[in-house]
Amino acid sequence: MAKHATPMLDQLETGPWPSFVTDIKRQAEFRKKNQEKMNYQIPVDVCEDLLGILELSFKHGRTHWKHGGIVGVFGYGGGVIGRYCDQPEQFPGVAHFHTMRVAQPAGKFYTSSYLRELCDLWDFRGSGITNMHGSTGDIIFLGTTTPQLEEIFFELTHRINQDLGGSGSNLRTPSDCVGQARCEFACYDTQALCHDLTNEYQDELHRPAFPYKFKFKFDGCPNCCVASIARSDMSFIGTWRDDIRVDQKAVAAYIGGELKANAGAHSGRDWGKFDIQKEVIALCPTGCMRYEGGKLEINNRECTRCMHCINVMPRALRIGLERGLSILVGAKAPILDGAQMGTLLVPFISAEPPYSEIKETVIEPVWDWWMEEGKNRERLGELIKRQGFGKLLEVTGFKPDPRMVKEPRSNPYIFWKEEEVEGGWERDINEFRKHHQR
Amino acid sequence: MPTVEFQGKSFTIDEDGFIDDYKNWSQEWVQYVKKEEGIDELNEEHQNVIKVLREYYEKNGIAPMVRVLSKVTGFKLKHIYELFPSGPGKGACKMAGLPKPTGCV
Repeated sequence: MAKHATPMLDQLETGPWPSFVTDIKRQAEFRKKNQEKMNYQIPVDVCEDLLGILELSFKHGRTHWKHGGIVGVFGYGGGVIGRYCDQPEQFPGVAHFHTMRVAQPAGKFYTSSYLRELCDLWDFRGSGITNMHGSTGDIIFLGTTTPQLEEIFFELTHRINQDLGGSGSNLRTPSDCVGQARCEFACYDTQALCHDLTNEYQDELHRPAFPYKFKFKFDGCPNCCVASIARSDMSFIGTWRDDIRVDQKAVAAYIGGELKANAGAHSGRDWGKFDIQKEVIALCPTGCMRYEGGKLEINNRECTRCMHCINVMPRALRIGLERGLSILVGAKAPILDGAQMGTLLVPFISAEPPYSEIKETVIEPVWDWWMEEGKNRERLGELIKRQGFGKLLEVTGFKPDPRMVKEPRSNPYIFWKEEEVEGGWERDINEFRKHHQR
Repeated sequence: MPTVEFQGKSFTIDEDGFIDDYKNWSQEWVQYVKKEEGIDELNEEHQNVIKVLREYYEKNGIAPMVRVLSKVTGFKLKHIYELFPSGPGKGACKMAGLPKPTGCV
């Protein structure tokens, strides 16, 4: 018999999708039975109280968590999200229900023994409930009490060799697409760069020193499988600058029907026979492709590397060999002054270890500027809006480039520097009056 | 909210151990908080950080940004963590009697 009646949540156990309610009930049952005779460090009925308070929220249409919460581990300024319920008498199991962010491996590849170790720790010292993974990428431990935080941190670091993730006004946990681990489109080793920068900037990640949060994300190509262009203040997107490699025989195999377009992604519906003219040539955004006399030609100088043709014919078209990445900056959610996606700052930069060019000419100059000029809780994107993209170019030393704008400005409110204007700004009205009577 | 007694004084605190009102702060509060925040002995540098935080809060009604705290005290962030292991927010602000930091923490 469950501790609380949950009629509304019970409805979410029906239907084909994996039910989080069923899963949490199973965990509640697991804790109650305690076959391994574990000496649980937080209330045994934490899962039942969580369902109970969630049911109450379903009934009221309101959250039942108190405002904020400041907890953590010594030495760090972030990594733990404190949370207390506002009905602790009724639901004592979730009176404390803190979330811990645990750093995840790049690409989120795991071994079962590693996950087992994490689960054993979390069953013993937490609720046993997780979020795999948070939107930023962390492994999320959902629900424990304040006294357990240092204990968990000790075991994570000493036994599992594992650190916490980031929270607060700092560098948040970087994350990436699977990259070269299993994708033929990857233009650089996203996992290596993600891992390298995570290690390099541990201090910035664990001890908030920034005006506000800052995120890195790494995409191997413009398909953006980790959505870096929308979800990171600094977005690293792989690309190439030589020619797309074309295998004409494989092109013929697509046209002949032996190979499935888009690797069979649209096979759930009959779209007719593959038509290279209609599905590739005519859809190319720059119109730089042509198929004539059984031969596919690409005018690579006009190609913007949108990935469409490569996505449609992955066996015939491959990314170039001269590879690197582009860096875009300023993406953020709406608060305060509207949502932004990343703006192109560096069209092409090498992505070879030890990545010193990326660190020294991009990341650190941008941080130096934003840390000095950024207002309290102002994201990089908002500082760029406030002080101008020109200022960003000045502090990073990059030359203005037509690729940095979608279109030139249409208003004529153009600022000039005094030294650019002959004679400067110091003028005497009396000089003017000599030629122009009042 | 729970209350704690320390050296003959009584303080009202929240779950995170922050004082209910800035005005109820006293040196006894500092002594009470120090052990929870992993501080053995208070020195002049601790007191200096606390003083700067309180003066800034009194004047501006908010806690200073980390950068401002570093500039005014002359302590790098690393040193602030050496003084206050939980950092400027959870450690120093709590000890100075400032309201609990909020936002996406």
